[in-house]
Amino acid sequence: MAYAVETRDLTRVFAGKKRRFRRKRAASEGDEQLGPVTALDRVSIQIREGELFGLLGPNGAGKTTLIKILATLLLPTSGQAFVAGHDVTKDPFPIRQRINMVSGGETSGYGLLTTRENVWMFSQFYGVPSKVAKQRIDELMHVFGLWDKRDAKVRLISSGQRQKMNMIRGFVTDPDILFLDEPTLGLDVNAARTVRDYVMNWVGRERGKTVLLTTHYMAEADEMCDRIAIIDKGKILACDTPEALKRMIHTQTTFRLEVDPLRDTSTFQGMDGVVNFSLKDDASKNRTELTFILEDEAPVAEILSAITAQGAKVHALRKTEPTLEDVFISMVGRGFE
Amino acid sequence: MSTYWRTFKTAAWLGWEMDSNWTEPWLFLIYSIIKPVAGAFILVFMYVVIWSINGIADPQSFAFLYVGNAFFIFVGSTLFGTFQVIQSDREWYQTLRYVYISPISYYVYILGRAFSKILVSIFGVLITLGFGFFFLHVDMRFTPDRIPLFIVSLALGLFVLLAIGITLGAATFLMARHSQTLAEAVPGVFYVFCGVLFPLTILPSWGQSIGTAIPLTYWFEITRRILLPFQYNTGLAAFGDWEILAFLLISTFVFFGLSLGVFRLGEYLARKAGKLDMTTSY
Repeated sequence: MAYAVETRDLTRVFAGKKRRFRRKRAASEGDEQLGPVTALDRVSIQIREGELFGLLGPNGAGKTTLIKILATLLLPTSGQAFVAGHDVTKDPFPIRQRINMVSGGETSGYGLLTTRENVWMFSQFYGVPSKVAKQRIDELMHVFGLWDKRDAKVRLISSGQRQKMNMIRGFVTDPDILFLDEPTLGLDVNAARTVRDYVMNWVGRERGKTVLLTTHYMAEADEMCDRIAIIDKGKILACDTPEALKRMIHTQTTFRLEVDPLRDTSTFQGMDGVVNFSLKDDASKNRTELTFILEDEAPVAEILSAITAQGAKVHALRKTEPTLEDVFISMVGRGFE
Repeated sequence: MSTYWRTFKTAAWLGWEMDSNWTEPWLFLIYSIIKPVAGAFILVFMYVVIWSINGIADPQSFAFLYVGNAFFIFVGSTLFGTFQVIQSDREWYQTLRYVYISPISYYVYILGRAFSKILVSIFGVLITLGFGFFFLHVDMRFTPDRIPLFIVSLALGLFVLLAIGITLGAATFLMARHSQTLAEAVPGVFYVFCGVLFPLTILPSWGQSIGTAIPLTYWFEITRRILLPFQYNTGLAAFGDWEILAFLLISTFVFFGLSLGVFRLGEYLARKAGKLDMTTSY
């Protein structure tokens, strides 16, 4: 079966960097080696044509590195990657005819051009007839709420509006495979909603269109994706539909507790029945949120005792349905943030 | 072929918009006139200082340096234009990654972007020459029978400049903002060793060797032979016009081949090292 995207043992190592010209404080420090860093570690995934595939992982997990390799911006250190059946290393040009990429949270664009001109220019690089491009741009400007800014110079619009412009740039070329790297990062709630709806409709409406979406927003991945690969430290930990991933821990129980800040959390580690747990500090409330993945409900009493033994108060205790983050916590023992 | 033309056309449009669209058209026109004229005044001032020190007027030397300096406008702007594309797209506009992954030749894209710089430079050179001829009475002549030779030599000179620009520009794939230094230093080298302000014979022998190895030296030589009614002893007097043109033609081919090879290598190394869309925060 031909895949839209396929990687086989894809590995990317970024070489370290020597700092040679630092202060003479210590000779050894002057030759400090930063890295190497393994950004991707034998990643093998297959994305079918027409699929909306999510890559879910915390910051620094390797999501952007994978997208850069697939978009022919970066070469892998070893392994293979194929996009639309073409090898990214040996045959990038036919890949570029069929892909496009949008990265969220960045403010790219030529400031002296208008939003419309920016998008039109890119459409010309893809050989979209000018008339067709202009028609598509106008439609997309309406969809993404940028119509009022169509003739505004890019230097004069907000970063969120620039991001919308870049979304339009991604769709105007009508790619077969679209790489969306954190596309809703930095967008307001309504704009993010619009982006999510449009992407889902686009994949559903247009036959054979494939999207690889990276995100660290669990709800976004859960809502949008047909399948999700969970990635951490360059390794794919699991890959399945959101429902199937959540079913992986359906025999387990998830509890969330809101407590005063704890001095010591090591007591939870060896506790019987605790599969894994994570904690997140909420500085605004001066509280800590603990998420426990438990084999059953038996350890709850022991956990509460351990907390109160430290003099901390339990402000809330909830048993919840498993989320994708719980799947992640169950696997690696920490949350995304 | 249509992809190359489409890329070139769109990139040239972008370059022109960037070069001309930063202000009102009338202000851009005034700027385009004042800039070369101001450059000419610097030369006049230098000449007047030398004249007052020596006590001897030397209109031929003034014509020599004036024409050399006028055509050096092409060197600065074309080289800077090609260097700047990669750095500005990557660091300032952060568009390099999107341009690079589009189905175009990035090499042709850079040529297109540089083309607008050449257009602006042509205007600057014409203003400088016209100002020199009409107001400073620089001793120039331009006979119709020399027009074909002038056009061919100008085209070759510009091609060489683009090739050198892209060859050196390939290095900017791998460099951070330091490439700005390169963009300023390289034209400086050409200014000294290519007979722009003074003939090669003034340089020590090693300097003359460097000068004769750079194709721009031949371009300045043939341009002066076409535009000046006298021949200055530049150290290349032994060569006829067609020989000079042949040197320029050969070096154009060599440098274009070199630029393609070096560009591919720079691009490959940047893609390998992950520096294609690198942005630095210093």
